[in-house]
Amino acid sequence: MAEHQEDVHEVHRHPAPTGFIRKYIFSIDHKVIGIQYIMLALAAVIVGMIMSLLMRLNLSWPGTSWPILETLFPTGAPGGVMTPEFYLSLVTMHGTIMVFFVLTTAPQGGFGNYFLPIQIGAEDMAFPYLNMLSFWVTLVGFIVILLAIFVEGNQSLGEAFTALGPSFAGGSGTVGPIGGWTGYAPLSTLGKIAGPGQGAGMNLWVISIAIFCVGSLLGALNFITTLLNMRTKGMSLMRMPLTCWAWFTTAVLALLSFPVLLGGGILMLLDRIAGTSFFIPSGLYVSGLLSGTNPNFPLHTGGSPILWQHLFWFFGHPEVYIAILPGMGATSHILATFARKPVFGYRAMVFAIFAIGLLGFFVWGHHMFISGMSPYSAIAFSVLTLSIGVPSAVKTFNWLGTLWGARIRFTTAMLFAIGFVSLFVAGGITGLILGQSSLDLPMHDTYIVPAHFHLVMGVASIFGMFAALYFWFPKMFGRFMNETIGRIHFWITFIGVYTIFVPMHIMGIVGMPRRYSSFTEYRFLDSLHPLVVLVSVAAIVTITVQLLFYFNVFWSIFKGKKVTNDNPWEATTLEWTTATPPPHDNFAGVLPVVYHGPYEFAVPGAPKDYIMQTDTTAEVPSGNGHNGKH
Amino acid sequence: MATMVSTRPVIQKGAGGGPGMPGPNGNGSKRGPFREPDSRANRYRIGMWVGLASIAMMFTSLSSAYIVRSGTAADWVPLRIPRVMFLSTALILISSVTIEVARRKLKQGFTERYSRYLLLTGILGVAFLGAQIISWRQLASQGIYVATHPHSSFFYLLTGAHGVHIAGGLLALGVLWLRSRRKSGNSPGFAATRQATADAVSIYWHFMDGLWIYLFLLLILWR
Repeated sequence: MAEHQEDVHEVHRHPAPTGFIRKYIFSIDHKVIGIQYIMLALAAVIVGMIMSLLMRLNLSWPGTSWPILETLFPTGAPGGVMTPEFYLSLVTMHGTIMVFFVLTTAPQGGFGNYFLPIQIGAEDMAFPYLNMLSFWVTLVGFIVILLAIFVEGNQSLGEAFTALGPSFAGGSGTVGPIGGWTGYAPLSTLGKIAGPGQGAGMNLWVISIAIFCVGSLLGALNFITTLLNMRTKGMSLMRMPLTCWAWFTTAVLALLSFPVLLGGGILMLLDRIAGTSFFIPSGLYVSGLLSGTNPNFPLHTGGSPILWQHLFWFFGHPEVYIAILPGMGATSHILATFARKPVFGYRAMVFAIFAIGLLGFFVWGHHMFISGMSPYSAIAFSVLTLSIGVPSAVKTFNWLGTLWGARIRFTTAMLFAIGFVSLFVAGGITGLILGQSSLDLPMHDTYIVPAHFHLVMGVASIFGMFAALYFWFPKMFGRFMNETIGRIHFWITFIGVYTIFVPMHIMGIVGMPRRYSSFTEYRFLDSLHPLVVLVSVAAIVTITVQLLFYFNVFWSIFKGKKVTNDNPWEATTLEWTTATPPPHDNFAGVLPVVYHGPYEFAVPGAPKDYIMQTDTTAEVPSGNGHNGKH
Repeated sequence: MATMVSTRPVIQKGAGGGPGMPGPNGNGSKRGPFREPDSRANRYRIGMWVGLASIAMMFTSLSSAYIVRSGTAADWVPLRIPRVMFLSTALILISSVTIEVARRKLKQGFTERYSRYLLLTGILGVAFLGAQIISWRQLASQGIYVATHPHSSFFYLLTGAHGVHIAGGLLALGVLWLRSRRKSGNSPGFAATRQATADAVSIYWHFMDGLWIYLFLLLILWR
């Protein structure tokens, strides 16, 4: 079939590897790397979930003894009762692991890696070795953050780290650093003297994030180059599936925002280890010590803690779009496929994704309204933040327009995609409230903030991933996931997350502060305790149901219903034209040629209700005007 | 990497623009087919520009921290920049010229001279790093270290971060140089790939040159 193979020299092409290690472990195949990223996220999410479970247990039943905790963390939970420090380190590690190693790895590194090259008709990523490197660097980052649990949780291990220097000492009985996923200075820059978790745990936290930045940058570079350079014949930009647009925009955001965090992380590490004062202000008095009066707390002058916040949130806000944009892409893709209709307003969707990405760089200040900010800056940040509502609304209405009047096929993937739209609206609407400085001032650091971002960036992204996994699983493993279990999983998760996060809005408006380990000493919050218990029960149920999901994934890989046809969902894009699972070079030696837009469903006059992108027989040239020609 | 079994997919022949079909690029497309060796090799240039965007962002973040920190602090003590830095600036400026000559020699087909100018660039790069280290040592001998005051912190940080990137560039130059001495490459993609990698490295090197000028001026003028 391929008559011109010999005359083209290729630097990066290799025959399919045969050994187990080259095939599945140190693989340069983007599909294997994608699955590795997904597996990393599936492992990381368990750690993060257990931590959220422990937090809920402590919030609703404070003072209860959990004997297993005493066995594992004798200093962090004496008598099995969590100390406030232990709780705070759970908050930090839960946030860090979830944001970096789940919400950033699976949607982009996982599904993006697997399907971006196939969907644009490429045989691999532009730089396969770099791709492998980015996964392994990310994995090292994950191992380093896990080390923080042991180094801080285990007394003797923590003391062994003292040999590296006073700021490296661990063993304070926490499960890592204390500082939230934002690691605000100056607390995070002072080292051991600032309290539990501030020694080894915080060092490992900064190092892990710096490593993660490098891994993400390599990945983003690869995604962008691949998309620009490797599209097959006929795959014009406006014929790309919206998933590719989402992954591309995400890669651009990662490329431009992670270096800023890396720079901030280097400054923080220097403050911690080299004794500089980038973020540490003058005259700091911490733990009974004044800066400069004690050998353990050398003199620091003139640093700016707000500077860290600026650097962090300049990265941090794009980061939340890095988490959610791939979910938006997958949702658009899946909605169109199962609604059997073209995506409503394809061009508008593309521009909306880009608008969200672009605006995401100019709104970081809305995280800092109470950090001391000129009211004029606050107004500017507010207006820019609210303007993100416009492209977001464009996307939402276009999703609804896609569903409008459709004969919907309610597969599990479709249910999760619709769930994504629901959660995005429910969580996004409070973004409009919190984005206004006047409303944010009273609501900041209350439960409405976690309620908002968990719905819109946490759970919605996770729903996007669930939808993507149920949708693409047949292509990835040649077997379907079980639909019955899938539906049970969907409904309980869907109702569960709303039961968890809607009451949190109420708590926030009442004034319940976030990050407190318990509320036993605040009379005005006593009446909320039943709600706290309700949230915890809902969380326990929702987490338990995820076991069903895990069972479904691993059972279906080996025992699921076999795929009999390369295009079981009757979808249109390139991944459904190739074998199942796709061969090493994706298209078995012959790259596809694209003639159609990505979502030509229900084209009038066409023989079937969908036209594949590679279809050469369909007489109707362009169903909906988004193949780049008019 | 020279003896590679090529399993690269090939564009289906004869597909595209049949009667009544919307051709992928239309007839007489300006862009041509996608998988030509030149176009494939282009990935190195694209990837380099993309990578430089992220490097630029990191130095933007560091220099904005520099400007903010210098504006808010009462403890800002301007540093006397060591004289040897003017020498290192001259070295890296010259090295930018030599790598450009190398790139052009390769384009004209003079592979011997290409190799020689690569080596020269590498030597100049090593000399630059040496001069930077000498300036660090000069400061250290005056008792000025990373934590002495904010300007010295930024001085060591910015020169250090730039030096790390130069070291990476030297590594790439070394690989190019070793490859330039190897006699191989009869396949048609070889020349395109070699030119593209040489272009990519020279883009990087010029960028590092410009970045150094920027950092040097920042350290001298903004204090």
